[in-house]
Amino acid sequence: MSEGIIQPDQPETIEGEGSDLFSKFDDVIALREGLLASGQEDPFNLVMEKVLSPTRAICNGRDTILLGTYNYMGMTFDPDVVEAGKQALADFGSGTTGSRVLNGTYQGHKEVEQALMDFYGMDHAMVFSTGYQANLGIISTIAGKGDYVILDIDSHASIWDGCAMGNAEVVPFKHNDIEAMEKRLRRIPEGAGKLVVLEGVYSMLGDVAPLKEMVAIAKKYGAMVLVDEAHSMGFIGENGRGVVETAGVMDDVDFIIGTFSKSVGTVGGFCVSNHPKFEIMRLVCRPYVFTASLPPSVVATAETSIRKLMHGSNKRAHLWENSRNLHKGLKDLGFTLGTDEPQSAIIAVIMPDLEKGAAMWEALIKGGLYVNLARPPATPANMTLLRCSLCAEHSEEEVGEILSIFEQAGKEVGII
Amino acid sequence: MDRAQVDAKIRELAAPFNKKGVTITEETTFANDLEFDSLTVMDFVAEIEDEFDIIISMNQQAEIENYGQLVDAVTKLQAN
Repeated sequence: MSEGIIQPDQPETIEGEGSDLFSKFDDVIALREGLLASGQEDPFNLVMEKVLSPTRAICNGRDTILLGTYNYMGMTFDPDVVEAGKQALADFGSGTTGSRVLNGTYQGHKEVEQALMDFYGMDHAMVFSTGYQANLGIISTIAGKGDYVILDIDSHASIWDGCAMGNAEVVPFKHNDIEAMEKRLRRIPEGAGKLVVLEGVYSMLGDVAPLKEMVAIAKKYGAMVLVDEAHSMGFIGENGRGVVETAGVMDDVDFIIGTFSKSVGTVGGFCVSNHPKFEIMRLVCRPYVFTASLPPSVVATAETSIRKLMHGSNKRAHLWENSRNLHKGLKDLGFTLGTDEPQSAIIAVIMPDLEKGAAMWEALIKGGLYVNLARPPATPANMTLLRCSLCAEHSEEEVGEILSIFEQAGKEVGII
Repeated sequence: MDRAQVDAKIRELAAPFNKKGVTITEETTFANDLEFDSLTVMDFVAEIEDEFDIIISMNQQAEIENYGQLVDAVTKLQAN
């Protein structure tokens, strides 16, 4: 308080009392409270008290089949992977306490980058602390003010955030629409820098992009191409390199972005590229420079896992079987699915609305099955989805069990 | 095309998206008055882009709140 002034320092009546910077979240708070008031178990506050295997955990006190963890290749409990992590923890300690460009590059970081170069058969690999940061960093750094990013409207948040951070002109096109993409590329002013951003598998519906056609068009208009293969690595393609491999466009894409937090089974993100100047990224990419590098145990587990994934063709085949079985089973039960045919290890079950979706989620979790509840605004077309992601470690019997839990829950909630 | 012609064309394109039949003036806002959600915005913008053979980037869209601003922006873009 100032002295000797008649007026108080603060105005006596505060305008907009009861509101502050958090007021903008009131709608979300109300939506959440409304949902939970009905006695609904909170879909966004699940605790796994014990994790038994890549496919089983004790969730909220119940033995639960995991069908929503993106642990596609089930590497999280692989004995070689776990052993590599333990060894690195013992040899190099619990963390690097530093940026990759200062004191945070250990032998393990170079080794995991070499494993990625070997896995993809590419010249350069750069590891980030998360997959989110890989997209954020690469996109914001290469597409700056005055450049154009042409991207699918259903792109992941990390892609959108990379665009916003880089200040490029952002031009979205309708999901997987080849013609819409071409029209936009054609209209971009001559001479402007162009980056086309695509995903191999879109995580909401589990559908695959027509990369063969899209990459060819991008190249025709002189655009660089970045493909996010987060949901396909290790599983799609003969060598598990992703949709780019199946589509035969490995040599035409400029950057592949991926993550360690799905098939690889730990945490971290990366970008691989054949661009001759790629290494400069390490100095100019802020989300790479201004954060601590991954702990030694994490890069050691990642490297071991990536090298094992190169020889994972049997597991890939079994995961495809699981995907086909679950897709067919759910379809036969009468559920509406995100894709007509299984295109990836994600099967999205479309719910009539959020209320039914939440009720269905709860019935599943009580029946011993965990799936992801996805709701607007993260979903395309404002859909409510129950997203199932399969694991190569799910047995045929487990898929059968999953189907019977779905059947019972679906009848209980009145969806089928 | 001059501003009046652009205005007439956009009005035509907006009609199918104007589900509540709101009277559109220069001050009509897309988010509040017309209640366009992000998907509607995308489809509406795509129609305009195709009609005038232009790009309205997300950055430009962020500056456009009302109908008058949209007509101004499109008039300028298609003249270039």
